[in-house]
Amino acid sequence: MNFPILSSLILLPTIGALFLFFTKSNRENNITVKYVALFTSLVNFFLSIYLWILFDQSTSEFQFVEDRVWIENLINYKVGIDGISILFVILTTFITPLCIISVNNSVKTRLSEFLIAILIMESFMIGVFCSLDLVVFYLFFEAGLIPMFLIIGIWGGARRVYSAFKFFLYTLLGSVLMLVAIISIYWISGTTDVVQLYELGIDAKYQNLLWLAFFSSFAVKTPMWPVHTWLPDAHVEAPTAGSVLLAAILLKMAGYGFIRFSLGLFPVASEIFTPLIYTLSVIAIIFTSFIALMQEDMKKLIAYSSVAHMGYVTLGIFTIQQQGIEGSIIQMISHGLVSAALFLCVGVIYDRMHSRLINTYGGIVSIVPKYAVLFMIFTLAALGLPGTSGFVGEFLILMAAFKDNFLVAVIASFGVIIGAAYMLWLYKRVIFGKLVNLDLKQMLDLNKSEMFILSCLAAPTLIFGFYPEPIINTIEVSISDLIKVYNINLINN
Amino acid sequence: MINIEFIFPEIFLSLSIMFLLILGVFKKNSSKLIQNISLIVLLITAVITLNETFGTSQMFLFNNSMVIDYLSSFMKIITLLAAFLVLVISSNYLKTFKIFKIEYPILILSSVLGMMIMISSNDLIVFYMGLELQSLALYVLATFNRDQLKSSEAGLKYFVLSALSSGLLLYGCSLIYGFTGTTNFNLITDQLNSNEYALTFGIVFILVGLAFKISAVPFHMWAPDVYEGSPTSVTLFFTMVPKIAALTVFIRFLYVPFLNLIDQWQMIIIFLSIASMLFGAIAAIGQTNLKRLIAYSSIGHVGYALAGLATGSNDGIQSSVIYITIYILMNLGLFSCLLMMKRDNNYYENIDDLSGLSKNHPLLSISLLVILFSLAGIPPLAGFFAKFYIFKSVLEQSMYFLAIVGLLSTVVAAFYYLRIIKIMYFDKEKEKYDTDHSLWLKFSLAASTLLILIYFIFPGQLIEVVSRINII
Repeated sequence: MNFPILSSLILLPTIGALFLFFTKSNRENNITVKYVALFTSLVNFFLSIYLWILFDQSTSEFQFVEDRVWIENLINYKVGIDGISILFVILTTFITPLCIISVNNSVKTRLSEFLIAILIMESFMIGVFCSLDLVVFYLFFEAGLIPMFLIIGIWGGARRVYSAFKFFLYTLLGSVLMLVAIISIYWISGTTDVVQLYELGIDAKYQNLLWLAFFSSFAVKTPMWPVHTWLPDAHVEAPTAGSVLLAAILLKMAGYGFIRFSLGLFPVASEIFTPLIYTLSVIAIIFTSFIALMQEDMKKLIAYSSVAHMGYVTLGIFTIQQQGIEGSIIQMISHGLVSAALFLCVGVIYDRMHSRLINTYGGIVSIVPKYAVLFMIFTLAALGLPGTSGFVGEFLILMAAFKDNFLVAVIASFGVIIGAAYMLWLYKRVIFGKLVNLDLKQMLDLNKSEMFILSCLAAPTLIFGFYPEPIINTIEVSISDLIKVYNINLINN
Repeated sequence: MINIEFIFPEIFLSLSIMFLLILGVFKKNSSKLIQNISLIVLLITAVITLNETFGTSQMFLFNNSMVIDYLSSFMKIITLLAAFLVLVISSNYLKTFKIFKIEYPILILSSVLGMMIMISSNDLIVFYMGLELQSLALYVLATFNRDQLKSSEAGLKYFVLSALSSGLLLYGCSLIYGFTGTTNFNLITDQLNSNEYALTFGIVFILVGLAFKISAVPFHMWAPDVYEGSPTSVTLFFTMVPKIAALTVFIRFLYVPFLNLIDQWQMIIIFLSIASMLFGAIAAIGQTNLKRLIAYSSIGHVGYALAGLATGSNDGIQSSVIYITIYILMNLGLFSCLLMMKRDNNYYENIDDLSGLSKNHPLLSISLLVILFSLAGIPPLAGFFAKFYIFKSVLEQSMYFLAIVGLLSTVVAAFYYLRIIKIMYFDKEKEKYDTDHSLWLKFSLAASTLLILIYFIFPGQLIEVVSRINII
């Protein structure tokens, strides 16, 4: 047995959290506490980079597989990664240290508990992307609710209780049906091991209901229209680091779930329900973009734009073409970086002025020039300007959509225009214009740590915009084989 | 008697009860001594049970009127350990209310004896004897704080309603005896063909009586009042220990004599289960008293345990047993927290009294957090696995409706558990509570929290023990 690298990735943050739990927290050692958390998450990040180096891109087999009996004849603890999941693992380990650095300014009370919640969250999120057993997946998927509920509820804004409850109950309601489906799969196929299920296939007569049960969970988590309403509330009330985790990683669990489970396990049903997904995606793209135009709260605006962007992702996944799925994954990675950055940008000015309303600001370009530049980069990336990672994803998705369904693609393309409208208008109202609010003159530009975080996020956004090869190389084989399995199972059933 | 060693635990326990009674009469101020001896007696009985009977797969005694098997041994050990913990953590509470008397441990011991007889019964008369022995002790326990109006009211209410249910139960027994000519479970099986419909009447009456005892909806009305009125330590006993015995009788009664009539009783159990799950979840939302809330939550949990029984399979029985075991663990932790909410000789039991607990008592509140999430069935805590096994066995029988209703009611139930967490973590803090708790109280809280937390590392162990239970 080789070194269990994936399990260490999953366990390491929890061990760090345990360590923090036993460190007495007080004012003096807040810094120690932070360094411990940062150190843990950085070690995890480097471990995941090492994983990427070891990763063999030429095969779609699951790698670094660990398979242990967990409950005799029932569940195996099975983890492993392929080209699709490794990127999400790296995204998680990349975003978490940035979150931890960012707590400097935004979290004032109970720092050590906050970091514990974040680290435990990281464990669960990595677990979701690595698990190769449906029950293990469900465990990690649901367990993430606990730390996120606390993050929103304890460190959130004024309406934090309402938002935390809404987040928790919405997601739980979506997921319980998935549990029914998972147990049913166990009785239908005799296993919950994803790799075996790929080979066996699931009887076509069960697929529709099972697909819907999984869909109910993923649709809430994605979130798709019309079950997206928890997201703006959760985002607005969560502390900055919480919003970042939520937007950058939590939403990706559902997209990942669609690719790995809905496509992989239920091809017949996926074929049947593609029009449903198309319709909901297009509505999400157009409808929530219009809603975003009308928002006065910056965080809410970005939250609605997230719904729109995830609409592209679901659209791309269900084109079931190489380009579409590649585009979706790039879009998810890109959205992970960009939305995280945008929430941090809002956090930066919120920490200074304690307002998230757009009309508080205006004309701050000369007061905070560095901030204006970085904010500009992310605004442009969010609207999908060529040269940023946002463009690559949207372009590939729309290309695949045009091949599959012309009308859907045309409508979705309009979303790009509205997207540009609300992002640019946001930027214009916040950064340019007349300086009306004189308090803004006291605003300080980015400090070192903020500068560092935002540059860290800007670099990959631009690099992958010009040169998406590393991502595409990693996912290419896995996706083409996934589509092969999909087509084989489609014919066999 | 060749096989007398199989009822050594019961014999030892009854002899000890008599000895303790005499000791209490002749020795003044002996409540502490009796408490300690009772604890030792419970432990020794558990050890004897483990030693003498745990390996036995099936053994009938006294002309087939008692049965010793894995189910009975396992449930007896759980009962004894739970009773031990209840007794050991309640002494401070009793002292505060000046009801630390010799009768308390003795009554608990006698009700435990009654439960052990119930658990082993293989005959309607033996079962009824055990039931009455435990009930009589419980009536007195409910009124134990006799100077308090609420406690007396609780005891009286419990007595009247329980007597009613016992009456129904006896009527059911007599119907079954009338149509089969026997009270023995094994012999009833042979007589089933004769009068199926008449027998169904008998089954229904007995089920009603049993549903009363485990407070399943629609026979739950007594539970919230009794739980609220009784002294907290007694409530703790009520929520845990009698449920084990009643559930075992449920299993044995349905699966030994009447398995072939499953079409007749399955719908009843499904109804009881669904009604309890839904009602427990919805009714708890509006509660402000923690003990009442726990009463409703325990009604809900009984519903899940019954869902396992409704399956008619061995898997279902095992999942119910696992469920009740984990439920007891969680309840123990929950009540340990409740017993820690004490300030200047006053115990607090409203939900609002938990306000801001996390700032004053971080460790206590994190334990309560773990326990509550586990009760709500959120992975990776033990409560999730308990529900997982139940729904696994329910879905094996393709009972989708039951599974979906059950899981949806977990979402509703999650709401009121979250409400408590919200009050603990998101609200403003109040005055601090005392921290000078007894070592045992701290131990039981820490142990139950830790077990709930790390259950997911070795979930197989409990299954392995329980999987030997084989009724069908």
